[in-house]
Amino acid sequence: MAYKETLQIRRDPRSLAIALLMPLMQMLMLGYGVSLDIKHVPLCLYDQENSQNSRLLADDFVSSKWFSVSRVLTSEEGIRDAMDRGECVAALVIPSNFSRRLAMTKRASVQAIFDATDVNTTNIALGYAQGIMARTSTLPSTVDFEPGTWFNETLDSRNFIIPGVIAVILALVGAQLTSLTISREWERGTMEQLISTPISASEVLVGKLIPYVAIGFINAGFCLVSAVYWFGVPFRGSMGTLFVTTSLFIVVVLGIGYLISVRVRSQLGASQIALLVTMLPTTLLSGYTFPIDQMPQAIQAISLVVYPRYFVTILRAIFLKGSGLDDLWMPVSGLAIYAIVIVWLASTAFRKRLD
Amino acid sequence: MSGESKAIVAQGLSKRFQSFLAVDNLDLEIAKGEVVGFIGPNGAGKSTTLRMLCGLLRPSSGKAHVAGYDVEKDPEAVREHIGYMSQKFSLYNDLTVRENLRFFGGIYRVPKKEFAGRMNFAVSMAGLEGREDMLVHTLAGGWKQRLALGCAILHRPPILFLDEPTSGVEPEARRRFWDLIHDLASDGVTILVSTHYMDEAEYCNRIALINRGRLVAMGSPGELRLRDLGGKLVEIACSPLGAAVNALAGSVIEAAIFGDRLHAVLDPNGPDGEEIRKLLEEKGMNVGAIRMVSPSLEDVFVRLVSGGKEERVLS
Ligand SMILES: Nc1ncnc2c1ncn2[C@@H]1O[C@H](COP(=O)(O)OP(=O)(O)O)[C@@H](O)[C@H]1O
Ligand SMILES: [Mg+2]
Repeated sequence: MAYKETLQIRRDPRSLAIALLMPLMQMLMLGYGVSLDIKHVPLCLYDQENSQNSRLLADDFVSSKWFSVSRVLTSEEGIRDAMDRGECVAALVIPSNFSRRLAMTKRASVQAIFDATDVNTTNIALGYAQGIMARTSTLPSTVDFEPGTWFNETLDSRNFIIPGVIAVILALVGAQLTSLTISREWERGTMEQLISTPISASEVLVGKLIPYVAIGFINAGFCLVSAVYWFGVPFRGSMGTLFVTTSLFIVVVLGIGYLISVRVRSQLGASQIALLVTMLPTTLLSGYTFPIDQMPQAIQAISLVVYPRYFVTILRAIFLKGSGLDDLWMPVSGLAIYAIVIVWLASTAFRKRLD
Repeated sequence: MSGESKAIVAQGLSKRFQSFLAVDNLDLEIAKGEVVGFIGPNGAGKSTTLRMLCGLLRPSSGKAHVAGYDVEKDPEAVREHIGYMSQKFSLYNDLTVRENLRFFGGIYRVPKKEFAGRMNFAVSMAGLEGREDMLVHTLAGGWKQRLALGCAILHRPPILFLDEPTSGVEPEARRRFWDLIHDLASDGVTILVSTHYMDEAEYCNRIALINRGRLVAMGSPGELRLRDLGGKLVEIACSPLGAAVNALAGSVIEAAIFGDRLHAVLDPNGPDGEEIRKLLEEKGMNVGAIRMVSPSLEDVFVRLVSGGKEERVLS
């Protein structure tokens, strides 16, 4: 079964290409988010040094169309006040030893503080700031950029978003692909033949899913590589932990796609339902863009049953905190329970009957 | 256990789709090694019956045993003993001949060491030597059909259900297909094959005629041909045919178009041949020769089907 399925997937290179390229495209799209439209992010300047060098740096921000300086501050507390009042989303703090360090070590750092309440904007603003810092040529030496958040300190803009994006992509693509496997056989009329044979329901399940598990891992690999090498998200955890948790997640999404496919006998219907049950909960409730702890209580409760939420949490912790399985036992067991239930449902769902 | 010597037994088998009765109280007994033709017009309930016998549809009422196993209670055991060719073409078009055979061999659990031999047998039976690596969708209809049969018998099932295997296949390929069916039958395989081609009835040991879900008649072609039509059968050359059928309604027991002629069963108490000619000519039709013919199976079917009368199964 698995061999035949693999052959069929290979015979259809267009679908295979889509299956493998779609994640990359989505990664780029979702990774950059809606950023292209946002300009003039309000910025507060707190120039502790007020030297020629520091003003040169500040000018880079002032003259860019990405930021507009809404206030010039004179104290640390001013930043909090300004953010509280919504006067700025980001603040650039140039330390008082900026020029001295530049002169001494040819290396200095500035700090950026973001109001992370609006994760999206924060993410974008961080990207802009990094861009400006990277291009800044007016200064003689390297200026390191230390992004830090002020509010919602757990949020770390792009680093925070990207692991979520990986979860979203795996969920979408995985469920989409498998949602077609059974319904395709119904549509082509091969299913009636198949169920007249002594094949068992679990043979069908395993045979159908093995090739897609492989595709799922390839996709996960693509996502990981582009997250680390393209988006520059730090990867602090272990590959082992990532592998175990990703396997669980892939089993869950493929299982859901399979369940849908068993129930819905048309390919179109199956893929639409798959989109509905993966897209909505994943994008809205997984916490990948909208932080869960800021949602209303009722919705927070709902999000507990949204499987991608666990994986988003896990991925973030692995990427950013380097957590191992022992730190993550809660979401991992959540995911594991999901996987068990889904596999159980899927292994009993396939009925060898027409009615 | 019912049906020790019978391969297929159905008692009062019925299938209801919502309010529609697709198969109505069907009784069937088929002995081992028989080739039984399941004949009836489209929508008669042939496929539905075959699906129930394969355990794919649950009977609404009644019982059926295939190879001694209850199709409702023990469908898995039934499936191990049958080969089924569904009406819709059922191979994987995007796989090659060899890959299809290997796949079905796998799910029918053909032992590894026997597989090569069985595959060669299926390939030569289908006449596909040298085409093992062609994609199935590039094959012509007759080959596909024979390959589908080859796939369905890889596990050497004692019972075969074939649902309109010859529909849409050119006559020469149809004949070859029936040769294959007879080869299998001579090896002791029981075969229930549905068709809507009346001429294929002659190839069967026995025929089950089904119409609107009911078994109308069952017997050997010879027995069925002896059926009393209720009167003499005449062949009338006339035109237009459709109008002539309408014109004769009420005057004869039965009138039906038969190729480019009309076949009519004369009512012994009604008009005879010459009176029929007058009747038609009065209505402005061209009438050629009218001659007595001996009834073919098709005449019997037409009579049984349109008569709508329930008749006893021939003993
Ligand atoms: N799943 C179904 N639901 C409702 N009606 C059906 C279903 N399958 C078949 N039928 C109806 O049952 C009748 C018999 O169908 P079928 O057994 O396919 O006839 P045949 O094979 O003799 O052409 C047809 O009128 C068909 O429309
Ligand atoms: Mg049919």
